[in-house]
Parts: sequence; structure tokens; C-alpha cells
Amino acid sequence: MSRIATDTAPLVSARNVHKSFGHNEVLKGIDLDVMPGEVVVVLGPSGSGKSTFLRCINHLEAINRGSIMVAGEQIGYRLNGERLVKLSPRAIAAQRRQIGMVFQQFNLFPHMTALENIIEAPVGVHGHSRKEATDYAMELLARIGLTEKANAYPRQLSGGQQQRVAIARALAIRPKLMLFDEPTSALDPELVGEVLATMRDLAGQGLTMIVVTHEIGFAREAADRVVFMDGGLVVEEGRPEEVLANPSHPRTRLFLSRFIREAA
Amino acid sequence: MSSAAEPMHDRQATLRDVANAHRPFEWGRWLLWAFVLAVGANFAWIVAWNPNFGWPVVAQWFTAESILRGLYVTLGLTVVAMVIGVVIGLLLAIARLSDDRLFSGLAGLFIWFFRGTPLLVQLIFWYNLSTLFPEISISIPFGPTLVSWHTNDLITPMTAAIAGLSLNEAAYMAEIIRGGLLSVDKGQSEASDAFGMTRARALWRVIIPQAMRSIVPPTGNQLISMIKATSLVSVIAMADLLYSVQAVYNRTFEVVPMLMVAVIWYLVITTVLNIGQGFIERYYARGERGATERMPVIAEATP
Repeated sequence: MSRIATDTAPLVSARNVHKSFGHNEVLKGIDLDVMPGEVVVVLGPSGSGKSTFLRCINHLEAINRGSIMVAGEQIGYRLNGERLVKLSPRAIAAQRRQIGMVFQQFNLFPHMTALENIIEAPVGVHGHSRKEATDYAMELLARIGLTEKANAYPRQLSGGQQQRVAIARALAIRPKLMLFDEPTSALDPELVGEVLATMRDLAGQGLTMIVVTHEIGFAREAADRVVFMDGGLVVEEGRPEEVLANPSHPRTRLFLSRFIREAA
Repeated sequence: MSSAAEPMHDRQATLRDVANAHRPFEWGRWLLWAFVLAVGANFAWIVAWNPNFGWPVVAQWFTAESILRGLYVTLGLTVVAMVIGVVIGLLLAIARLSDDRLFSGLAGLFIWFFRGTPLLVQLIFWYNLSTLFPEISISIPFGPTLVSWHTNDLITPMTAAIAGLSLNEAAYMAEIIRGGLLSVDKGQSEASDAFGMTRARALWRVIIPQAMRSIVPPTGNQLISMIKATSLVSVIAMADLLYSVQAVYNRTFEVVPMLMVAVIWYLVITTVLNIGQGFIERYYARGERGATERMPVIAEATP
């Protein structure tokens, strides 16, 4: 795919990432590079650690071993000569400002209208003017086809509309990287399509995306690369047509067969 | 046959339309209303014509200057103590919820002490602080003194009352606010974090506005308790509303009429506060199901 810059440094670079909750080791050494403009879909059974890994990328979860670099900066830490030093909460907040995130449960701010949700971070965190932020927000709302819902509160929107507003909210900060944490898992089946369509549009526009999902169809159509996780490890990765059609690992085969049977 | 049945059928449908239904006449409810109203009217009549209540005296003193001055002290003390209490309570609640052991421990200690001792005792201690610490000074611990004041210059009945009431209130408000902050969905602070908001901004813009829904009703409760708690300051010679009526009946021995003056004023304040609380609750309910919709600025697009 020509839109992926293969000759430059990766935008995201995870090395030997380990994460435990108490005695439960959820990530057991993840290595993953994501190139600028690349769309990576992470598949895997529930409990495989894929959501946890995504949340480590913007430091919503702190990792126990290894390192994660985004756009040349180590997430959560700073190298001071030979010593690796933990960043202050303020510095971590600054690192997160280049990463957009979409949640399974949308997490829109319920006391703000759709428009207010979208301009909150641009105005309050990035210091854009209200006028500029509102103009861009209206442009984003037009792109997702929800112009007329600008002044609606989240409760007045359907699940699919809420998730599209949440995507617009994440885009409003003009992120270098977008993280999607099972964006369609909380939706009624008939509302999944509209959210996936919005995400496919974004994928076509050269945005770097890491998508954790169960939507095999989306992976097939929109992904540049599919990563299959199981038991806290990446067991297989490659181009979607290869991994989805000819899985080499037995775990991948088992997982995919279950989905294909469901679809049939 | 079918042609005759159809109009019959239509008529049935009209008759059975619940939009035209009538409410049955409820004899029991009407009788109960009549009984309660009769008892209420009778009670009001008895109270109004009972000379022991001394209504002319009540009317005479209701807006007397000394009473209004007392009312002013009560209201002023309530507002100042409540504002300081809410501000310190908010800081305590945030400290109590922080991951930092030092902050949460100190906040816990404060709440434990000020909720665990009677307000009356706290007021007396503040008022008599000079007997415990004749001088208050700022100094380096175990080191030289930088500034120092005589306690008696700092502690007047007014400052003792404000300190006592507001610190006690802060301890209660801290727990109310902490409960409110905990009631907000965890996803909200996660979303704020993911957008790179600082902790302070996330609290101010996202968490507190949502917590207000569960903070306002118990705070209204606290405010009303506070109005009445201010009457305790009469023990440290603050001339509040209750103290002012006591000053009158100690001279005139018209105890009941003067207490009625205070009771009516307390009820008037409480009523005004209840109405205000209703407005505040409706404001923070916006975005909730059933709340009034904001008028759309942009016209509905035609599909």
C-alpha cells in the first residue's frame, strides 16, 4: 500500500511489553511496530490481552516491563542520561494529546451536547479558539452525517450516533494516532454498520489506526495488517488476505472458524 | 350481516378508545381530603385564637431592628461558613480520593476528628483558644519564630464562630462530595485522561458537573442544618437570630411569642432555600433522560 511510509521510522514501536494485574500476567512480551498511515487490526479471543495492550499505548495502564514509543517519545518515561525516569502526570497528559481514543462504551460526556463534547479537548487542552474548534467540529459532524445533532445531548442519540460523535471527538484533536477499543461491541447489530463505515472512511484517508475488534469483515476490507493475539502474546500477523484466509497458527484457525461458522 | 356488524364494530372501537376514558369517582379519597382539611383548618383556628401564642407580640417584634440584626448575623454566618465548608470539603474529598497516602491520610484524620466531636464543644474550644495557646506564631518546626500574634487579637466571637462552623461543615461536606465523585462512571475520567486533560481540568469540567447531581440534595440538607446549627453560637455571645429573641424574652418574659418569631423566620429561610435547590437540581439534570431539550440552533435536515 503506497500510503504507508515504509522508509521512515515506525509511529508506534512496542518492545517486550509485559503487564500484570496482581498475579495475573495479561501481556507476556508483545512486540509490535506500526508505520505512519498504517491500519492495524488486532484480533483475538476475549481475555487475550488485546484491549489491555491498546490501553498501554496511551498509558491508561502502566506496563511492568519493556517499552512503548510513540512518535519517537517513550510513553510514560524519559531517558535522563543513563537513567530512565517516570514522567509527571502533567507530562503524561501532554504525551496523550497526540493520540485519539475511541472506547467500547463511548464515554461521551453526558452533560455536554455533541458539539460541546467535540470542542472540549481542542479548546480546553490544545488552546484552540472556540470559533476555530467549532468550525472544525461542524466539519467533522458533517463528515459523519450528524450535522443536525450538534446540539443534542448523548442520551438523545442512538448508540451508533453516540459512537460516531465519539470518533469525531477523538479526531477533533487532529491526532497522529487513533486507538479504537472494541468500538462496535456495545452496539445493537443493526447499528454496527454505520460506525464501521465511518472507520473505513478514516482508514482510507491515511490516518494511523490501531483497532481492537471482533469484526472480521472490517479487518478484511480496511486493515493493512492483522495481528492475532492469544494468551498475552502475538501469535500471528500479516496481510489480512493471508492471515484470514490461510491462518498458520492453530489458535488463529480455531478463532476464525468460530466466527466464520457464526457468519454462515 | 357483515354490513350491519361493521358500524357496530366501529362504535365498539370508539367506545373502547382509552383516550376517552373517565376516572371513577373516588369517594374514599374525597372524604379523606375533607377530613384532613377540616382538622387542619380547626387546628389553625385554635392556634390563631389562642391568646398564649401572643400573636400581637409576634407581629410587633417580627421586623424589629434587633431581630433583623440577628437574622442578618444568622444568614451571614450560614453563607460564610457554608462557602468555606464547601471549598475545604472539596479539597478534602479530592485529597481523600488521591493515591497519595499522605494526602488521603491527612484528610481522613481531619474528617475523623471534626465529625467525631460535638460542634458545641468545638465552638467553645475555638472561643477559648487563648487559654490553650496564648500566642499563635509561624515558625520553623523546633526552630526560630517568624511571626507571632496574641490569640485574643485573632479570636473574636465572629472568627471563633466561623472557624468552628466551617471546619465542622467541611468534614461533612468532604464525605458528601467524595460520594458524589465516586458516583461518576469510571469511563468519564478515563476519557478525560485519554484526551490529555490534567487531573484538575478533568475534575472541573467533567467529573464535578456530573457529581453535582448526587451532591446537591444532601448539600441542601446540610445548608438547612447549618442555619439551625448557627443558633449554637449564642453560647459564645454571638448575637444571631435565636440569641436576639432570647435577649428580648429575658426582659419581657414573652417566651412563646418571641420563639414564634424565630420559628417563622427559620421556616421562611428554609422555604426560600428549598425553592433555590429545585432550580439547581434541574440545572444539573440537563442531558438526563426526560430533562428539557435545548432548542436546536441548527434546523433539522431533511433526509
